Amino acid sequence: MRIEKHPILDFDRGEKVTFTFNGQPVEGYTSETIAAALHAAGIRELGHSQQLHRPRGLFCAIGNCSSCFMTVDGEPNVRVCVTRVKDGMVVEEQEGKGVVHP
Amino acid sequence: MIIQDGIPTKEDLAAVMPSAERLAKGPVAITECFQNIACNPCTKACVKHAISMEPDMNATPKVDTDVCNGCGACIARCPGLAIFVVDMTYSEKTALVKIPFEFIPVPEEGKLVCGLNRAGEEQGWFRVVKVVSGGKKNMTYVISLEVPKELAMEVRNIRVGGYRNG
Amino acid sequence: MIRDVEVMVIGGGPAGLCAAQAAASAGTHVLLCERDYVPGGQLVKQTHKFFGSERQYAGDRGIFIGKKLVQEVMEDPNIEVLTEATVLGMYEDGIVTVLKDEKHLKFRPKKTIVATGAAEKFLTFPNNDLPGIYGAGAVQTLMNVAGVKPAERVVMVGAGNIGLIVSYQLLQAGVNVVSLVEAAPKIGGFLVHAAKLRRAGVPIRTGYTVKEAYGNGKLEGVVICQLDEKWQQIPGTEEDIPCDTLCLAVGLTPLSELCWQAGCHMEFIRELSGHVPITDENLMTSVDGLYAAGDVSGIEEASSAMVEGRLAGYAVAVSLGYDVEKSQAEADAARAELKELRSGPMGGKIRAGLEKVAQKRGDAV
Repeated sequence: MRIEKHPILDFDRGEKVTFTFNGQPVEGYTSETIAAALHAAGIRELGHSQQLHRPRGLFCAIGNCSSCFMTVDGEPNVRVCVTRVKDGMVVEEQEGKGVVHP
Repeated sequence: MIIQDGIPTKEDLAAVMPSAERLAKGPVAITECFQNIACNPCTKACVKHAISMEPDMNATPKVDTDVCNGCGACIARCPGLAIFVVDMTYSEKTALVKIPFEFIPVPEEGKLVCGLNRAGEEQGWFRVVKVVSGGKKNMTYVISLEVPKELAMEVRNIRVGGYRNG
Repeated sequence: MIRDVEVMVIGGGPAGLCAAQAAASAGTHVLLCERDYVPGGQLVKQTHKFFGSERQYAGDRGIFIGKKLVQEVMEDPNIEVLTEATVLGMYEDGIVTVLKDEKHLKFRPKKTIVATGAAEKFLTFPNNDLPGIYGAGAVQTLMNVAGVKPAERVVMVGAGNIGLIVSYQLLQAGVNVVSLVEAAPKIGGFLVHAAKLRRAGVPIRTGYTVKEAYGNGKLEGVVICQLDEKWQQIPGTEEDIPCDTLCLAVGLTPLSELCWQAGCHMEFIRELSGHVPITDENLMTSVDGLYAAGDVSGIEEASSAMVEGRLAGYAVAVSLGYDVEKSQAEADAARAELKELRSGPMGGKIRAGLEKVAQKRGDAV
């Protein structure tokens, strides 16, 4: 859910765009990170761990911790907490280390 | 104890409470700041220089209650939202309490709001007498509430939302 | 191609911005590298008013301090800002490599100021990896930068300033903070922050920790329990708190990897919250010409980070021979400000840490 009114802040979100998460369309804004747009849509499970396949979510949101790795436009291990949304982006949950396509 | 649960004790409050004689004379600022932290905007906020810190900005503020006229200019300037103004002369049975407020919706003048004490417990419904905006940069509102005199030293916050018509 | 640079500042947070500004004001040419889309560091999400004195913009909200500093730095003809530029390596021969637009750039700075800040610490308990468990700063980023309501019901761990401030900001965003737990017997942050949270109805539970989290695929609740004076969990004191979000505000640790790479003399100093470069009175590390300012050299308030940045910036200007007399005076003034900011009881930890730094420096000499 996005905050519409705030006692201190105004939010300049940029333009509305659509990307896909696991094939499903999700709305986002150009100044938002992928992680923020997914959270706004209520999606918090971003991938699964390599060995035990436990769900993985966001932890640090500033590009430090690598908990939010997802596959974006076919590229694995994208830190979605510091990568902005683009129109038509294909975002997928990542299993383990992901697969690098040559 | 405030260091354990965030609630100042009677002893904490006694140390910053203006005298009964001073309270009987009209509005006055009360600085509920009990810790030596490096901070001094309140001393610059007062045009009458009624708030001082000695020997340096790590001291807690001291209000010269003879100089303070309870104008409330310091309330929105305190980064810790720890300054309140109490006017025990507002009417025969009621006092005016000025409270810093940073939530939405901001209550309107004339509405009734639920007042909270320092533990966040409900104290009753009180009339909003005045609402002053801190402006574009400061953004802290100062809300004046009319409360029964016996609650003037209890009511220190406003529950957000659910405001009633007075 | 290797590009020569006079002063390189790594990190565009409060320390880096002030360092760049100070060095540039004395006449040096500065290249500031910021890995994010915009500089500002964590100031961009600090909606609360800063403490300190006028010189550290006390009374102004962090976001506005950030906007002002960023604008001044962007407009400064002596400062070039590279955004989306991640510094990857610092080599023995003085070469600094930067990833920008998927290209590997090489620079040779005369002087470098590392102002890379800090990262949030983690806490160990069963199921601490469930989605819904965040660093408090992450939730602050989601709600104050992106404007996304991160949760409905939050339990906050940690009553230092970050835990107290983020809890208050959650309330401002309309989120229910059901409990704040702190393992220590005392609130570590400013009591004025604790008091405003408490009078908004948030219970502060000192002497409590998270025993475990639970949930099916996502966080559904936590079990908290009381700790004894030896920090051991007391059986029978467990309480189940349903929540969709758990925020960890259990401290920060310096992001000092670049200092390691550069070969700086590093020491683990508990009071500074991790491994830090050993610096001198000008904040220069053991590597000649390499300075460290802000949280990277020890965790402290953003006010101190700004002053440290200013100190390092002017010290660099002096060492390069720019406006020496005035720059020296500014560096001295910054040192005096830091001393005053750290002189109260709340500065005890940092003072102890800095004493250890001085001792380690003496041992090495």
